[in-house]
Amino acid sequence: MKKITMYVIVDILRNKIILFYTLLCLAISLCIFNLESNTAKGLLTLLNIILLIVPLICIIFSTIYIYNSTEFIELLVSQPLPRRTIWISIFIGLSVSLSVAYLIGVGIPILIYQPDATGLMMLLMGFLLSVIFVSIAMLASARTRDKARGIGISILLWLYFSLLFDSIVLFILFQFQDYPLEKPMIIFSFLNPIDLGRIQILLKMDISALMGYTGAVFKDFFGTSTGIAVTTFVLLSWIFIPVSLSLKIFKRKDL
Amino acid sequence: MIAANNITKKFGKVYALDNVSVTCNSGECIALIGPNASGKTTFIKSVLGMVVPDSGTISFNNIPIANQWAYRDRIGYMPQIGRYPENMTIAQVFKLMKAIRKPIRTMDEDLIKSFELEKVMDKRMRTLSGGTRQKVSASIAFLFNPDVLILDEPTAGLDPVSSELLKLKITEEKNQGKLILVTSHVLSELDDLVSEVLYMQDGKLNFQKSLALLKQETGEQKLSKAIAKVMITNRQ
Repeated sequence: MKKITMYVIVDILRNKIILFYTLLCLAISLCIFNLESNTAKGLLTLLNIILLIVPLICIIFSTIYIYNSTEFIELLVSQPLPRRTIWISIFIGLSVSLSVAYLIGVGIPILIYQPDATGLMMLLMGFLLSVIFVSIAMLASARTRDKARGIGISILLWLYFSLLFDSIVLFILFQFQDYPLEKPMIIFSFLNPIDLGRIQILLKMDISALMGYTGAVFKDFFGTSTGIAVTTFVLLSWIFIPVSLSLKIFKRKDL
Repeated sequence: MIAANNITKKFGKVYALDNVSVTCNSGECIALIGPNASGKTTFIKSVLGMVVPDSGTISFNNIPIANQWAYRDRIGYMPQIGRYPENMTIAQVFKLMKAIRKPIRTMDEDLIKSFELEKVMDKRMRTLSGGTRQKVSASIAFLFNPDVLILDEPTAGLDPVSSELLKLKITEEKNQGKLILVTSHVLSELDDLVSEVLYMQDGKLNFQKSLALLKQETGEQKLSKAIAKVMITNRQ
């Protein structure tokens, strides 16, 4: 397992996109912190950019990488190796390289400009989101044999999590505005890891007062230690469930 | 050594394998013969666990292979079309194989030497010709000195000299009592290698006979002619 994971990591590092991604994160974070006079405001801007870019890069890069490794996977499957090892090694290799890139690119500026609980929460959420979207990419590419279709599905999934989901939630809110929807909103937010990450970071920023009554309900739930535990659990399930589903598919796949 | 029991595999509506039962014993060199799309490669891939049959069982040394992987330690496989990570060099491919496969016997680097692969070790896989790829595939299949060799169209794309070298190597291994499973379209090449013939058509196993018996039944001296006769009788 260790050897294959190492091979995957070396292979990813060699194609230099990861390096570019690290530099991009670094440039964005440094620019924002230097442009905004108030670092808390800078963090908010950074949050919005990070929540858009990290899932996009992670899901697209991973999907393409997995399709590009078809030959590698085929070669390994005919060797005395359990399929589980092959698949999980690729998952770990992708997760490690993408999250390390994030932790360097965004982590260093945050540790310089905003080394408090909010900054650390942002690092943690970005890290979890990186792994979650690698996991979702594994599922998308295990399910479809066709490369163009697989990448298409990944792009659609990213659109769904980043844009469509929020629109659907807003739509529901407007349709049912006569009813108290604050509690169901908490359940809704579990369905989207990006929203979950955003809520946790916003609550740490103490600007939830601006979000009105919903913000208060959110703070009551997500602000407590139970809330944080539940959030972490849900985010970990977002990693675990797609990857184990994809493993199940891969184990029975014909190569 | 390898026993397949009623294995069936469907790709969509087409039966790639239809209730195939085969036994292969060590010391034999078995030729898998059949027209295109008769299920030869699917059968081989099922034995390797690369394709999962819909029903039926395959056992290796009397142990069912479903969800097993360790048995592949004893198999050397040369695919019909060797697909390798494009940006790896030949040396890196060999290094990777040696890293993931703990050798159970001494490494057999004969083919690397006789194919003179050392000279091209630092070439990337994407730049290789079809024939050189085949040489790499063959060298990897023989490298770990396995008990079973599964060769899918081994000589396709090889020049006559290399083809002879490979055939010599196969004979050598056969004489050491290994099981060799080989498919080929060039039947004349199999004449002096094969001891048994498996004939497949439309996913079904037509017969499994020793070469001597087949020649006797058809009254032909050459394998190619004997098979041609079988194919014509089948068509009628």
